[in-house]
Amino acid sequence: MSKLYSGAEIVFKCLEDQDVEFIFGYPGGAVLPIYDELKNHPSIKHILVRHEQGAGHAAEGYARSSGKPGVVLVTSGPGATNVVTALTDAYMDSVPLVCISGQVPTHLIGTDAFQECDTTGITRPCTKHNWLVKDIKDLPKILHEAFHVATTGRPGPVLIDIPKDIQFAKTNYSKPKIEKKLNGKSHNKFSQTDIEKFIDLILKAKKPVIYSGGGVINSGPKASEALREFARLTGFPITSTLQGLGAFPGDDDQFLGMLGMHGTYEANNAMHDCDLLINIGARFDDRITGKIDEFSPYSKKVHIDIDPSSINKIIKVDLAIVGDVNNVIQASIKAINKRDKNLKNSNKEKISKWWQQIQKWREKNSLGFVNSNETIKPQHAVQRLYELTKNQDTFITTEVGQHQMWAAQHYKFDKPNRWMTSGGLGTMGYGLPAAVGVQIAHPDKLVIDIAGEASVLMTMQEMSTAVQYNLPIKIFILNNQYMGMVRQWQELLHEKNYSESYSEALPDFKKMAEAYGCKGIRVSDHGELDTKIQEMIDHKGPVIFDCHVDPGENCFPMIPSGKPHNQMILGPNDQEENKITGKGKSLV
Amino acid sequence: MAKSKSAYSVSTKKEKSDTHIFVLWVANEAGVLARVVGLFSGRGYNIESLAVAEIDAKKNISRITIVTTGTPQVIEQIKLQLRKLVPVHKVANFKREDKQVIFKEMALLKIVGAKSKIDKCLKACKNYNPVIIDKTKKSVVLQITALRREIDKMNSKLKPLGLISTSRTGAIAMTRGAEVFN
Repeated sequence: MSKLYSGAEIVFKCLEDQDVEFIFGYPGGAVLPIYDELKNHPSIKHILVRHEQGAGHAAEGYARSSGKPGVVLVTSGPGATNVVTALTDAYMDSVPLVCISGQVPTHLIGTDAFQECDTTGITRPCTKHNWLVKDIKDLPKILHEAFHVATTGRPGPVLIDIPKDIQFAKTNYSKPKIEKKLNGKSHNKFSQTDIEKFIDLILKAKKPVIYSGGGVINSGPKASEALREFARLTGFPITSTLQGLGAFPGDDDQFLGMLGMHGTYEANNAMHDCDLLINIGARFDDRITGKIDEFSPYSKKVHIDIDPSSINKIIKVDLAIVGDVNNVIQASIKAINKRDKNLKNSNKEKISKWWQQIQKWREKNSLGFVNSNETIKPQHAVQRLYELTKNQDTFITTEVGQHQMWAAQHYKFDKPNRWMTSGGLGTMGYGLPAAVGVQIAHPDKLVIDIAGEASVLMTMQEMSTAVQYNLPIKIFILNNQYMGMVRQWQELLHEKNYSESYSEALPDFKKMAEAYGCKGIRVSDHGELDTKIQEMIDHKGPVIFDCHVDPGENCFPMIPSGKPHNQMILGPNDQEENKITGKGKSLV
Repeated sequence: MAKSKSAYSVSTKKEKSDTHIFVLWVANEAGVLARVVGLFSGRGYNIESLAVAEIDAKKNISRITIVTTGTPQVIEQIKLQLRKLVPVHKVANFKREDKQVIFKEMALLKIVGAKSKIDKCLKACKNYNPVIIDKTKKSVVLQITALRREIDKMNSKLKPLGLISTSRTGAIAMTRGAEVFN
């Protein structure tokens, strides 16, 4: 008879078999047996966070920067409810997480026991799937299935709720066979006919645009390479969603910049005027499409996505190819080469007029801003940060708000998995714990959280985690004393009624850094910015960098309420121009 | 609510809605019904009726039948979203007008009154396979199987004749002919 293992031992045996190296967690009564077992498994390192939400975001940062699933371990009740925000965030942004939560013993379930909550009930809408383990015999199979569900198809979070008595109970353990077929839920069966139809559209297009998204990143580094080859081969202009940044080099001439609400003028106009729109691994989010009725009205639309429910959800498309981005692009490249060896040259001519038009849009320089010699403009701060870090492999996380959009606009990424931001859920407080997770996955790399002072206060406690594990993360705070994006909307859309968007009594971030036992740097003088940034980069430990920026700055360009892509508000430079022409017109 | 300037997305005009019947083959496990129903409520789809029971104890399969309405785009979304649920094996959907599919609902009707009225009731129900399940001198419990609208009609028609209590199931569906849905 084979040896019997306790539930807690089985948890670790499964984690070992899944090659898990790190778990992010926080102990509590209902997971104590698992924590007790931790010491016997030296290949798995536990990272103790300061709040379970931090564990979830750290695991997200780990997963997104490494391509491996992030593992979270929390206790029952408040442990589980605290991780809900991170699970929802991971669900929205398709991040593979495996969350193990403790639960009160089975005989106490349903009795309102101490630290009991209906964890599987609460997390059902924010996970791909979840399990309450009621029988120890099911535990090994469920754990392995959980990893399978989290990482296949469109990735996402899963949760396994393990009652305390199950953690003590004993059973056999055998490495379960990996089930290939999971209810037909793997979708990678696109047909060659679809690919040929796709090529037909490519060959016909005169005004094409590629719109790539987070699916390319999720499909692995090979998908980014394939995307680059595909773009080179076709010569098509390419734009990216917030999550897709890095799949294509940000400083490349073929790249139009990010699209959508705060996207560039050229990207959004190209989306509006194109005759072929190729969506690769994106989901027509409302921040991308603007007004649906007037979204890209003249184009044939192709949608490549691994999730069949993304197709025709928001925008009806002419050709849908359901499959893994990497496989679909590889197949398309093959088919193009077979059909038309000379496409690269013949295409260039066909779309040259289109490129001329794009060049005209580019001349607007929509990311431009009026710089100052006195105050630090936030865009300038991001640009300087980029210039001073672009020579090394840098990982950027962000919080949510104006600083996030400025980071997306002005920091140019040239590799995938270097950009971790909360897009779908828009979780303030994401960036700092995510940076912790990224640094765990890449201990020797430079990891920077471009933050706002309001967001970063939501999960500031994780600085303590960074200090404990000596993680040299840099928290680059663009401090404008406002919830900047809220203030911007209030200025533009609510008659400057700045209701509750000003943060009074902000902490002294430099002293706060010192209190946590790390380095604090403050800068408010334009002339000092570069040396201070360099000082931050050169410091070996964690740093909180408090950069005081112009509090009145707005994030442009912007597609205003319910408007299509070609009706953007541009920055102050352009607005002044418009005003003058307006007056000029009335004089005529 | 006043039309706000900061409403980023304005909902656009609606397409015509159709009634569809979804048939789901699911693993008979704890929480599976909550997953299906939660998907409907969470995404704002409505459920007109619901019927669920185990149909294969050996393979551990339950069959769920849901009647819902939605635009073609919404119906397609419901189907694709349901297919993503891990314990859902198979999803089929039919238009209510589909002649190839049989839809049935069952109702239990309790009628209390004089014999003459009860007889009138039985007569009124004769097209809907009435079965007398329980009978006393002044009451009867009647089982009928029919379409939703027919039961609706009976429900209002029998009220003046002494119908005091109605209990009814959700719709269940099956295709006609020798083929089964795959």
